[in-house]
Amino acid sequence: MDKPENQLLDIQHLHTAFRVGDDFYDAVEDVNLTLNRDEILAIVGESGSGKSTLATSVIGLHNLQNTKITGDILYNDLNLVGLNETLYNRIRGNDIGMIFQDPLAALNPLMRIGEQIGETLLYHTKLNKEERDHRVLELLGQVGIPNPVRVFKQYPHELSGGMRQRVVIAIAIACKPPILIADEPTTALDVTIQAQILDLLENIQQETHSGIILITHDLGVVAETADRVAVMYAGQIVEQGTVQAIFEHPLHPYTRSLLRSMPQADNDSDDLYVIEGTVPDLKHMQTDDCRFAARIPWIPASAHEAHPTMHEVEPGHFVRCTCYKTFHFNDEAEA
Amino acid sequence: MWKTILRRILIMIPQILLLSVIVFFLAKLMPGDPFSGQITPQMDPKQIDSLRRQLGLDDPLWTQYFRWIGNLFHGDLGMSYAYKRPVISLIAERASNTIWLSLFAVILTYLIGVPLGVLAGRFKGTRLDSGISLYAYSVMAIPSFVFYLIALLIFGYQLKWFPTTGSVALDASGGVGYIMSRLYHMVLPAILQAFLGTTGIILYLRSGIIDNSIEDYVRTARAKGVPEKVIFNKHILRNSLLPIAAFMGNTITGLISGSLFVESVFSYPGMGKLAVDAMTTRDYATMTSLTLLFGFLTLLGNLLSDIIMSIVDPRIRVE
Repeated sequence: MDKPENQLLDIQHLHTAFRVGDDFYDAVEDVNLTLNRDEILAIVGESGSGKSTLATSVIGLHNLQNTKITGDILYNDLNLVGLNETLYNRIRGNDIGMIFQDPLAALNPLMRIGEQIGETLLYHTKLNKEERDHRVLELLGQVGIPNPVRVFKQYPHELSGGMRQRVVIAIAIACKPPILIADEPTTALDVTIQAQILDLLENIQQETHSGIILITHDLGVVAETADRVAVMYAGQIVEQGTVQAIFEHPLHPYTRSLLRSMPQADNDSDDLYVIEGTVPDLKHMQTDDCRFAARIPWIPASAHEAHPTMHEVEPGHFVRCTCYKTFHFNDEAEA
Repeated sequence: MWKTILRRILIMIPQILLLSVIVFFLAKLMPGDPFSGQITPQMDPKQIDSLRRQLGLDDPLWTQYFRWIGNLFHGDLGMSYAYKRPVISLIAERASNTIWLSLFAVILTYLIGVPLGVLAGRFKGTRLDSGISLYAYSVMAIPSFVFYLIALLIFGYQLKWFPTTGSVALDASGGVGYIMSRLYHMVLPAILQAFLGTTGIILYLRSGIIDNSIEDYVRTARAKGVPEKVIFNKHILRNSLLPIAAFMGNTITGLISGSLFVESVFSYPGMGKLAVDAMTTRDYATMTSLTLLFGFLTLLGNLLSDIIMSIVDPRIRVE
């Protein structure tokens, strides 16, 4: 199969299983996903839906003693699944950069900012100390830090949350990686800073033509920044499509419930919509039936597929299970 | 930095004063006085009373306290009733024995403790880790004097590898011979003290390494493509050594006063043995002076720890 020219990453049949006791359970099950250049792909879902696990599988940060990864993650004809550590270390930081959630914890408290950013360059470039420092200052400017020379010598605790997140971004983009993974980059920040960080990510993407995987549970963030969306539930992708398709014609009951639970300014009601129940835990989510069925008990079992698969309802818009056809909310009349 | 240190030293003054009050009155609360053991039926009670009066033991406690404090400021720690000599000269004579022994023990403690702690943390869950942890926990669980007595019995009396008393052989003479004899007398007590001291370091380092290994910044370093070996040395180990470094101040001063047991068991003529002897003979002047000194060393150790901490941890730096 020929891969499209601007395709960066092709994930096929990816399973990531964690060890619980002596058994392995899939936290990510049969995920098929592509990432293109110049695109922000959002992965949304509740906590425990497997979105972070998916991301860490791509950059290879799982402890392989307790994690089993199968399937393919194809990057430039290279399969990242099962890649040896030495080769993976060349990819990490250089080809794939990762932005973490909590910018204080993500930085080493004992190292100066300049050294922490420079570390990425140290292992992927042939720049000497002086050139590296120069590039770090450049990066600090690029991520919008007002006084790069001063911040270069500062420690993480001396910076504000927003500044720290900019540093974390600078670390991730230091080697201009074509793939960026942002794992809830705005969760730990207050709202005004969130918007700044998202703008920064978009700017970086436009400058470097990279592909960004944005992991978030904030649908507002998705609507603002993403091009394509993959909705995950209990380790599976349940719906996938362009941001317009997902927001304007959401199909899967889970997507629709998520969208409905978003606070809306024009809504008269004081109550937010709440999806009943919780995401099943790792041991209990392993089932061949529709995994969302338990949280929409008013939908008859006959509406679900026996072994739900992805259906392409429009070009590029996929949805899992047939239950979307007859789904209605609990307080709505049957369609 | 200097301002902070100066402020900390100023805070120490009221602490030391409070310490002196507690030390003095606790000593006075002990039953008996220097003469209780010497009273015999042949002795005239009046004679004892006059002796007590001479030494000021009949004065009100507060008067005695202020006289004691006043003398301390003049460098006069009082006369030892037991040795009939100024306490200051007794301490001076034994201080060097204790300091050398402690220094020897501290160096051994870190030389043994740090590598074992690093190995246990690095190879968590392996047999090596279990072995080291077992050692650390069992040494920790044994009371120190039992540990010393058993070692003395085995290595001193049974195997006769090491001397059992004193700080130097009586017949040792000449430069090198004298130094070698002193070192020889120090080896066993120092090793034992070090073994006891390593437990804290091993357990701190081990858990520090295990905890830091799963910190987010370690994951960040991995995401940068930093080799695992560098991650361990540069990120995990450096952060795990913080509590050890901070503990160092207390360890150094703690060993000086902590040699109480080891010196008594090995009859090693240092400050620790002097303190224990003073307690059993109701030698007030010696006892209060040493307790005050040990208390002062503890305060100094805390200060030292804070200073070390502010050097190694940028988050603690106070301006």
